[in-house]
Amino acid sequence: MAERRLFALLGLLALLSALFLGWGLREPAGFILSLRAVKLASLLVVGAAIGAATVMFQTVAANRLLTPGIVGFDALFVFLQTGLVLLLGGAGFATLPDLAKFGAELLCMLLAGVALFGVMLRRGAEDVLRLVLTGVILGVFLRGLSGFAGRLLDPSEYSIVQQASFATFGAVDSTQLAIAAAVLAAALTGASLLAPSLDAAALGSTTARAIGLPFDRIALLALVIVSACVAASTALVGPITFLGLLAASLAHAVLRTWRHALLIPGAAIIGASILVAGQFVFERLLGQQSTLAVIVECVGGLLFLFLVLRKSRP
Amino acid sequence: MIRIENMSVARQGITTLSDINLGFGEGGVTALIGPNGAGKSTLLHAMSGLLPLASGRVTIAGQDIAGATAQVRARTVALLTQSEHVTARLTVADLVTFGRWPHHRGRPGPADHAAVAQALDLFALTDLGQRQIDRLSGGQRQRAFVAMAYAQGTPWMLLDEPLAALDPRHARDLMERLHALSRPGPRQRSVIIVVHDLNIAARYADRIVALKDGRIARTGPKVIALTSAMLSDLFDTRMAVDAVNGHPVVVPV
Repeated sequence: MAERRLFALLGLLALLSALFLGWGLREPAGFILSLRAVKLASLLVVGAAIGAATVMFQTVAANRLLTPGIVGFDALFVFLQTGLVLLLGGAGFATLPDLAKFGAELLCMLLAGVALFGVMLRRGAEDVLRLVLTGVILGVFLRGLSGFAGRLLDPSEYSIVQQASFATFGAVDSTQLAIAAAVLAAALTGASLLAPSLDAAALGSTTARAIGLPFDRIALLALVIVSACVAASTALVGPITFLGLLAASLAHAVLRTWRHALLIPGAAIIGASILVAGQFVFERLLGQQSTLAVIVECVGGLLFLFLVLRKSRP
Repeated sequence: MIRIENMSVARQGITTLSDINLGFGEGGVTALIGPNGAGKSTLLHAMSGLLPLASGRVTIAGQDIAGATAQVRARTVALLTQSEHVTARLTVADLVTFGRWPHHRGRPGPADHAAVAQALDLFALTDLGQRQIDRLSGGQRQRAFVAMAYAQGTPWMLLDEPLAALDPRHARDLMERLHALSRPGPRQRSVIIVVHDLNIAARYADRIVALKDGRIARTGPKVIALTSAMLSDLFDTRMAVDAVNGHPVVVPV
């Protein structure tokens, strides 16, 4: 049953992708198609990375309200942008080699994620909650630093930081995209190998350990994969905090299964579908260019509030 | 046989078990009794190798449990904890299949399916196999978790308050099944169970281990261990032990 739903989701994504590529195509069709293909690929990579990462993160943290963004990835990205503009100035920032900047951001966020998860998990799996709280506090701290650094910038430099702080699919470099896609492919391969262990991990750390699962090792591996996915996606287009929450919640609701072998690809497909559908509606039907990330954050935030309120009901 | 030698356990710097020396023979039901905070759950977790020991050691069939791999440990001891929660959409059969994890590592085969069917049958869950866990009554749910522990196929079953929140009928039903399992036969298991209901312990246990303030207060066969003086001292309240139909009955007085 869940397998059939997964195939239906895949069909829906294929349809949305075809619409995105083909809708209103005019001459020079080849050129326009190549531009659209790069944008489509970036939407697919980012949506899939965030969707898959969120399902894994929620399982390890034993909480369906959390997203990897909550452990400070987004704040770190914004902090990096602000720091670079502050150090190099607006002109220096603009002349940075794209690939080097992308690689450094990717590496920086990956290392930060692995360091945070590694240090926290050394104390045992009960510390997932501590990890999340540390991430939240780290995020607040980095946002504070970014805010302070932002006050030191002149208005034109500050607007560069503002632009870089929201996800945008408008100007994705194809080499960066290829690197992000390779990271995602490696991460999804790792996730599929880890899927049966994540099924057991979803029983809770004590029960999982009682049935012989090396929970700490599985949690660390899962969080490394999560770091890789989120780092690749954020370095590519910028932060989208609530997309993962939308994708993971919908994956659980639509697939109605506990099997991560289906949930992870399901959330990846749904994450990609949300972005492709959203971009199609805004770009093709409404003629807008940069509102997608804002709308995704808005709808995701509303869903977050809904889930919190539903959970707190007696 | 499980042998505990000079074992102490500390959690967050506070010693919760001190100088525990115990031996558990194979077969039968052993009831762990004692007031809240006595260290009963900690003892079960330490015996199953899930808690680091401050000192001493636990051996099962001569093997130090602390040195065993997670898989070997889970094939030796099944532990059912108090904090069982399920976030996933599991059916009863799915949950019991997870008990086979140390054997199938996520890819159950025919032998695992047969063991699951046997566990479902043994705990009268066959008809509920496809029902989701969160749609079961408290008694059915607890039976499903015990069936999961049974399906693990270990010689030892360590159960932490499996009767909590069960009414007398369901508690008795579960204990009858566990007691039957502990008798000699091809499916025999050694059951060590934390219980608060002293009459359940008096009725179904073969041996009693009484804990107080992280130390062993008394051990032995129930007819010897369960006395008015021991229980009154253990719980700091007066209790009398009488006999009904040949079984001890505990009454607060």
